Amino acid sequence: MTILIQKEGFDPWRELAAYQETHTSDWAGRYGATAVFIGSLRDFNQGQAVTGMTLEHYPGMTEGYLEKISSEACARWELLDTLVIHRYGPLSLDDPIVLVAVWSAHRDAAFAACRYLIDELKTRAPFWKQETTPGGVRWVEENKP
Amino acid sequence: MTSMNVITIRYFASLRERLGRSEDQVEATGLSCVADVWGRVSAESLPANTLVAINQEYASLESTVRAGDEVAFFPPVTGG
Repeated sequence: MTILIQKEGFDPWRELAAYQETHTSDWAGRYGATAVFIGSLRDFNQGQAVTGMTLEHYPGMTEGYLEKISSEACARWELLDTLVIHRYGPLSLDDPIVLVAVWSAHRDAAFAACRYLIDELKTRAPFWKQETTPGGVRWVEENKP
Repeated sequence: MTSMNVITIRYFASLRERLGRSEDQVEATGLSCVADVWGRVSAESLPANTLVAINQEYASLESTVRAGDEVAFFPPVTGG
């Protein structure tokens, strides 16, 4: 179970490859399913062009809730490991914002837990998006499913 | 204020900008719940969708506060 909240940009595919390389020995021969969700910065929202974004978070509480959510997923499904990476600070278009990955023996648990992690993250982890648009900056008031 | 009889209050995102500050410290005396804390720091009513936390755990306006607590007020979260 790994959680990384970081200001630096990341390449989710390299992170996944590196994570598997360093952790596979823990679950060698046991993982039959990997489910992954990656959220990136779109160029539009609510009918307006978006040119950038700044993500604010509540240091400490954010980590605490991501740990809580990951533990809940591990209690509910038979998982081998989970990885969550989330950015904060200034972001550019197409930047990955979040990576959620789940490893398990079978796909049902992997899909369900991955979905649970991203859905719970969106409703409980204290992050706030402020978008930059041609008309200025604006806070995103609610998350779309 | 360096006394232990203090509650630290934190604000985030649009609420932080609206108040023009990210943190307050108030004497805990006379404050029994989260709603009392808000009443101490602002004359405005709390925006309807505001979320609250005590010591970095979600709480409600009725939740009890104690000296030494960190209370936070923030708008709905929009991460991911």
